[in-house]
Amino acid sequence: MNARDKILGKIRGAQMHAAAGAHTETINSHLAQHPRGPLPLRPDNLIAHFKERALKLSSDVLETNDRREVPILLANYLRERKLPGNCVCWPTLADLPWAVAGLNMQSRPAQNSDLIGVTGAFCAIAETGTLMMLSGADTPATTSLLPETHVAVFDPRRIVATMEDAWDLMRKEHQQPPRAVNFISGPSRTADIEQTVTLGAHGPYRVLIILAPPEPQ
Amino acid sequence: MQNTSLQFKKQVTIKLADVKLQDALSRLQSRFVGGRSAVIREIADLEETRNAAATIRDRVLNNLEHWLLQFEQQATARGAIIHWAETGDDVNRIVAEIAAQHGVKTAAKSKSMVSEECGLNDALEQAGVSVMETDLGEYILQLAHEAPSHIVAPVVHKNKEEIADLFAEKHHTPRKTDIAELCREAREVLRPAFLNADMGISGGNFLVAETGSVLIVTNEGNGRLVTTLPRVHVAITGIEKVVPTLEDVTTLLRLLPRSATGQSITNYVSVLTGNKNNEDHDGPEHFHIILLDNGRSSLIGSEMQEMLRCIRCGACMNHCPVYQNIGGHAYGWVYPGPMGSILTPLLGGIEKSPDLPNASTFCGACAAVCPVKIPLPDLLRKLREKQMQLGMKSRRETFALKTWAWLALRPHLYALATRIGVRMMRAMGDKNNLIHTLPGASGWTDGRDFPAPSGQTFRELYERGTYK
Repeated sequence: MNARDKILGKIRGAQMHAAAGAHTETINSHLAQHPRGPLPLRPDNLIAHFKERALKLSSDVLETNDRREVPILLANYLRERKLPGNCVCWPTLADLPWAVAGLNMQSRPAQNSDLIGVTGAFCAIAETGTLMMLSGADTPATTSLLPETHVAVFDPRRIVATMEDAWDLMRKEHQQPPRAVNFISGPSRTADIEQTVTLGAHGPYRVLIILAPPEPQ
Repeated sequence: MQNTSLQFKKQVTIKLADVKLQDALSRLQSRFVGGRSAVIREIADLEETRNAAATIRDRVLNNLEHWLLQFEQQATARGAIIHWAETGDDVNRIVAEIAAQHGVKTAAKSKSMVSEECGLNDALEQAGVSVMETDLGEYILQLAHEAPSHIVAPVVHKNKEEIADLFAEKHHTPRKTDIAELCREAREVLRPAFLNADMGISGGNFLVAETGSVLIVTNEGNGRLVTTLPRVHVAITGIEKVVPTLEDVTTLLRLLPRSATGQSITNYVSVLTGNKNNEDHDGPEHFHIILLDNGRSSLIGSEMQEMLRCIRCGACMNHCPVYQNIGGHAYGWVYPGPMGSILTPLLGGIEKSPDLPNASTFCGACAAVCPVKIPLPDLLRKLREKQMQLGMKSRRETFALKTWAWLALRPHLYALATRIGVRMMRAMGDKNNLIHTLPGASGWTDGRDFPAPSGQTFRELYERGTYK
């Protein structure tokens, strides 16, 4: 008998002895219904609430009504912080006028030497100011992870109220989760030294969120 | 990790006198206790949410076999390989075999308390795999050859100066004095480890049965790095960590970071399902998940089953007056504080940890903050009862408790004995009504004075009151 059989056998034996009055519910019905637990109060304005929470996490947030303005916003942001203009991005953002704004943008996954990574986001969660990223061929996970600056550009109408809403959106559009779902809530941080929160641990030092509608059809 | 909880009493004396530790512990209190209190009010109905969380955990524990099978089926369908381990040694053997199978020479590890149970790092080093801890606290401990003293803030017992000394010595760099500079140095030292590691090792905060996913929560980014860059990923966790659905795990995630570090959400929540496939640009080609028993299965169906609800938030130890004064190392094993005082005897053998269930006044602070409503004081009491049944109590304590029980069954004798007792004790008090030594209670009077009673029992005073 291997370890699996021994462990499961032990559990089975223990559960047969367990209280006869124990309420049993079928696994399948719980999985099929996947009911939600208690939820927080839904904010009136999802975008405003998202911005407020994102700022609390030390993310930076910018907005524009014109997607083609995004490179200018990023260029100004980098210049203010004396950061270089060499960036990498996801393929969906490659068409924006980066060079015109003075940025050197390459459409490829991030390597260790890349300092600025520009991504989209699958959606965002207003409750906590969080970005939801799904891994994939066109959405490499390294772009939001290796560089010191992570820039996320997405449509503010993709902001949902809670993580439960985000899962439902994922189920609707992708059925099952991809290899990696990453929820990102601000710059990386640690408080291991004297319980003092320090921004910039192994992940990015800063996260810039640019809310921009998609191209008009 | 070796269980040294037999040394508890000796360690307590040492820790109480350790000024640096006492400083560090007061910092922990203000940050974690205050932090939790500030954000927990973000939850609209805390009691409702705690009840929901306890129900989620119980649903699985009451049907653990089937939920484990569901998880295994879903994870395997997505390309993960599930391994089952009865003991810590089995885990070590399995990881070493995986390493050998894939030609692994270096591993980067993000935090896993289960791996501490197993003593994984040492076993891997012996098997010729060099392991680098990447969580900043665990990395510091690795440099210092020390064990963690808290399940969430492993290096809470060290101050900035000690860490600065350690880095200067081990990195051969000029000594930094600024916390941000120390973090930067750690980032630069560890980045190559992430990039070059053959294997990433992580824990698993939860296993989602619905999707066959491993969920890990981190703040630093190291969890994401070790599960994205290396070609092999091994996740190790306990069999009790299964959660039914994505919605269920989301409910638990509302409570976990708030209870643990006073954060509304951890910086990163990573939900990992299967290995790299044609759809992916990055990720491990081989994803192994090791499920460890190590005594957990023997709690199923027992009166101690509720302990398995634990989601490892650390709130109980943060709020425990005993932990707040002695820190984590005194508990002698991986898990300190109230949850450790229960898990260590249960997983490691009750005879190895005689003092831990007794290191509590049952104040109940732990139970009040536990996000999954584990009745911690009740479980501690049950362990004490077990100790009594096994004859583990000292002859003196057993005699005292038996005498008390004999008297309590005879109310008139009890009343007489207590009337004599309080009069004797009043006579022992000094002019300030304080007793400095009390025979048989030196455990109390060695450290503090005992207030002398007024000279009458409560029942006497009460009777007098009603007949006024």
